[in-house]
Amino acid sequence: MYQLDWSSIPGALPFLWQGMKISLEITLVAIAAGIFWGTILALMRLSPVRALSLLATGYVSLFRSIPLVMVLLWFFLVVPTLLRDVLGLSHATDLRLASAMVGFALFEAAYYSEIMRAGIQSVSRGQAQAALALGMRPLQAMWLVVLPQAFRNMLPLLLTQAIILFQDTSLVYVSALADFFGAAYKVGDRDGRLVEMLLFAGAVYFVICSAASFAVRRFQRRLAA
Amino acid sequence: MISIRDVHKSYGTVEVLSGCSTEVKKGEVIVVCGPSGSGKSTLIKCVNGLEPIQSGEIVVDGISVAARRTNLPKLRARVGMVFQHFDLFPHLKVIDNLTLAQRKVLGRREEEARARAFSLLDRVGLREHAHKHPGELSGGQQQRVAIARSLALDPICMLFDEPTSALDPEMINEVLDVMVALARDGMTMIVVTHEMGFARRVAHRIVFMDRGKIVEDAPTADFFAAPKTDRARQFLSKILQH
Ligand SMILES: Nc1ncnc2c1ncn2[C@@H]1O[C@H](COP(=O)(O)OP(=O)(O)OP(=O)(O)O)[C@@H](O)[C@H]1O
Ligand SMILES: [Mg+2]
Repeated sequence: MYQLDWSSIPGALPFLWQGMKISLEITLVAIAAGIFWGTILALMRLSPVRALSLLATGYVSLFRSIPLVMVLLWFFLVVPTLLRDVLGLSHATDLRLASAMVGFALFEAAYYSEIMRAGIQSVSRGQAQAALALGMRPLQAMWLVVLPQAFRNMLPLLLTQAIILFQDTSLVYVSALADFFGAAYKVGDRDGRLVEMLLFAGAVYFVICSAASFAVRRFQRRLAA
Repeated sequence: MISIRDVHKSYGTVEVLSGCSTEVKKGEVIVVCGPSGSGKSTLIKCVNGLEPIQSGEIVVDGISVAARRTNLPKLRARVGMVFQHFDLFPHLKVIDNLTLAQRKVLGRREEEARARAFSLLDRVGLREHAHKHPGELSGGQQQRVAIARSLALDPICMLFDEPTSALDPEMINEVLDVMVALARDGMTMIVVTHEMGFARRVAHRIVFMDRGKIVEDAPTADFFAAPKTDRARQFLSKILQH
């Protein structure tokens, strides 16, 4: 029978923590950029200008029908070359983290835009009308009155999507970037302790994500109350 | 101050205003009434350009509402509007509901906006509620805040769309009292309402609408004494029964 041996974990903790920092960094940047770009997409989609709304619809359905792993791979292959050409960087500059962030942000924006669109539609028409009647311009009414309420109504869903995003960051392993999962894999591979390291990594994801989900549910109940 | 000339408006192929015309002079109070679906709300939404019109003309203080060059936001800031369901901003405190447009639309400084807001909250008797959220207030209180929110922009006229019809009966008077005081102060007002007691007390004229048309437009006393059309007579007898 296989003997589990956890002894390589303590020594690897600093390296794993470096990996966790990369995972969190990608998650946070992708959430912020994804919500920002997703909100713009939602506004485009709801806009009376047909060209804008078609463009946004196309974007969303494109990203929702391609597997994330392919989007990431494509960004690892294309974005670094592009950035190097545009910014004139040397080939030594490691752009894998930046590509990962761009890839996740653009991908997540498609999902966030759907959440924000539902959020905007959840705010009653009377709100925008009252804002316009007070002399606000349409975008002002959206920004000052509708979006804050849409955002608040959708916060639980936005957070749930963020938890999924955190798990999905493990897919950056396709670029050999040492995020938390990548770091755990590397250590396990090096020490011949892959099973232990993957169990450990899985447990860490489980604890973080279930704690976060629990917090979201409590928060949601408080909103409802 | 407000002149409405032969206004036609349709939603899609359905015409909901068919040639409405009337004039409102400075300081005049007009009550608009009529059966449900007759186009009362639509008419006053056309006055501040919330709804576009297909033909005719609406002129507010010399400015043509439907003209392409008209800066609608600027015009709307000068025309107050109060809705049936109050539509206060629930994510903001009462005081911030009153200062938001003052700051963002008129560009007033924070202190100036707050001073104006507090003086209006005094006027509607709600100063002590300034730091609550709208959801913590009763319907009548919310509607008084909504009136104060409009007044904070120092409008030249006010439009009311059934301001008391979503309220419990015991709260109707606190809102009407504010409106009566406003009318006595000389505010130009168009009020869509079925509160005939209010109409008798402060309205200079009654406009009666039916199926998208203004079928009667008469001084208040004349309207109540002897409505000219059958429709208005029926409507009045129905509404005065309770
Ligand atoms: N956004 C809209 N789209 C299509 N039709 C509409 C719209 N708003 C109103 N209508 C229609 O226009 C007509 C007039 O509506 P309006 O709301 O002006 O009537 P009202 O006199 O205010 O009635 P109520 O007393 O019920 O408030 C109605 O037949 C209504 O169904
Ligand atoms: Mg109406």
